[in-house]
Amino acid sequence: MRLNAQLWIGAALTAVFLAGAVLSFVWTPHDVTALNIADKLRPASSTYLLGTDHFGRDLLSMLMVGARTSIAVALVAVGIGLGLGVPLGLLAAATRGSLIDEVVMRGNDLIFAFPSLVIAILITAVFGPSALNAILAIGIFNIPVFARVSRGGALSLWTLDWILAARVAGKGRLRISLEHILPNIVNLLIVQGTIQFSLGILAEAALSYVGLGAQPPLPSWGRMLAEAQTMIYTNPALAILPGLAIVAMVLGLNLMGDGLRDLLDPRVRRARA
Amino acid sequence: MLRYAFSRALSLAVSLIVASVVIFAVIEVIPGDPASYMLGLNATPEAVDALRDQLGLNGSLVSRYLSWAGGMLTGDFGLSYTYKVPVADLVAQRLWVSLPLALYALALSTLIAFPVGLIAAARRGTVTDYGIMGATQLGIAVPNFWFAMLLVLVFAVNLRWFSAGGFPGWSDPGAAIKALTLPAVALALPQASILARVMRSALIETLGQDYIRTARAKGLSRRQATTRHALRNAMIPVLTIIGLQFSFLLAGAIIIENVFYLPGLGRLIFQGITQRDLIVVESLVMLLVFAVILVTFLVDLAYAAVDPRLRRRA
Repeated sequence: MRLNAQLWIGAALTAVFLAGAVLSFVWTPHDVTALNIADKLRPASSTYLLGTDHFGRDLLSMLMVGARTSIAVALVAVGIGLGLGVPLGLLAAATRGSLIDEVVMRGNDLIFAFPSLVIAILITAVFGPSALNAILAIGIFNIPVFARVSRGGALSLWTLDWILAARVAGKGRLRISLEHILPNIVNLLIVQGTIQFSLGILAEAALSYVGLGAQPPLPSWGRMLAEAQTMIYTNPALAILPGLAIVAMVLGLNLMGDGLRDLLDPRVRRARA
Repeated sequence: MLRYAFSRALSLAVSLIVASVVIFAVIEVIPGDPASYMLGLNATPEAVDALRDQLGLNGSLVSRYLSWAGGMLTGDFGLSYTYKVPVADLVAQRLWVSLPLALYALALSTLIAFPVGLIAAARRGTVTDYGIMGATQLGIAVPNFWFAMLLVLVFAVNLRWFSAGGFPGWSDPGAAIKALTLPAVALALPQASILARVMRSALIETLGQDYIRTARAKGLSRRQATTRHALRNAMIPVLTIIGLQFSFLLAGAIIIENVFYLPGLGRLIFQGITQRDLIVVESLVMLLVFAVILVTFLVDLAYAAVDPRLRRRA
């Protein structure tokens, strides 16, 4: 009962932000690129539902487009992790104990040893701050996560009788990995993907807060917070709302991830009971 | 144990070498020539070339790497382009802000997480447990720099208990600690949330073990069984997480220092980036990576010292 509530609250929160982000492509209450100094720093009203910032831009519209930036960065970063990490993990599991396995796993340990935020700062500093470089910086650290999860999941599958049966039937390691292993670790990947998605949103916010993420005029939650910091004395709402958006989005994804894990992973369900 | 320590030390050394090569390579592709940047737009090519020579930028890649890495090993981090002082001096100065901040945050996080995790585990399945778990979910979702801004808003702007930023130096320890309090709280909250959750699940797992049932059967109360047997065994995963968190706190301090205008390593890195002070950026990143790898190594050793089963895995 509780497990379903967690899943649904999380999914609902996530859906709200996804819907806002998608909607922002075709419609926002106001134009976020047009500056309207006459209407700067307005409190919430019927015209500006959440008020305006120091350039007279509508905060709600900014938050909607900011959601798009956050989601795009985190989603592509997860895609990089899935696209490179999963094949590496499957390869390592299929060749267990070989040199390939050893190299993949040591490489993973090495990336894990780096403080991710520091390296993300280094990468964006070197290649110039942009949304694309933020994606790369966050994505690189997703690779070992997915490689480890898929290797772990695959290793336990490789010991099962029906996989052995497939090998006896003459299927090669590649075909078994793709046709039997991969479909059976999809659950694990979905759960991990949700978690990395939420971490990606936090990382993007931190990077754009220090000016190394999406660049103006592209609105982003992190930069909205950085800009609001100097006005925190006079206009606290500008500093509070983007932060609330980040918290709600990350919380939604985490709840959804936990709910999905309970739903999809029978081991957890048994341990909980 | 000695063999285990040796094999861990070996992998520590390999990690450091690879890390230094990667950092050096990344910095090498940075656009912009530090020499022409320092001399400004009107510099003659000859002057730029002379300065490049002086800075050692004209040597081959390998010789430059070796002199940088060799220097780091002997504590010579090179000369900052912009400050014209040894990087080691800059780092030593700033470390006195960043390191106490990270330790302060670690202490706070541990002090909060232990009792909270213990209570949640002891009251498992009750409203208290769900309340704590809900609060920690929230704590994990809060970006620490935003939480820092909220703290400034409440405690510096409205209540005026703390200053909104800056650092008075260690000549007055009380004032210094006060200045680090809000940043440390901001850093500690998300970490405490994670740690409390780890603490709770580790305790719940050990409380389900047979030896706890034995302890209860021989007449120990639940509380006694928890404090005498379960707590110690639950410490192993908790200690690992604390070790990991220290490195995370040191890195997280980089962002938080910007919120509070603290003159720490984080501010130094960002100044280095904007001023193209490559030597500073390179050395600082390497230093942070070294700190993280070293802490991981020490945690591995501590882990093996506590749990003999792990030594055999090496």
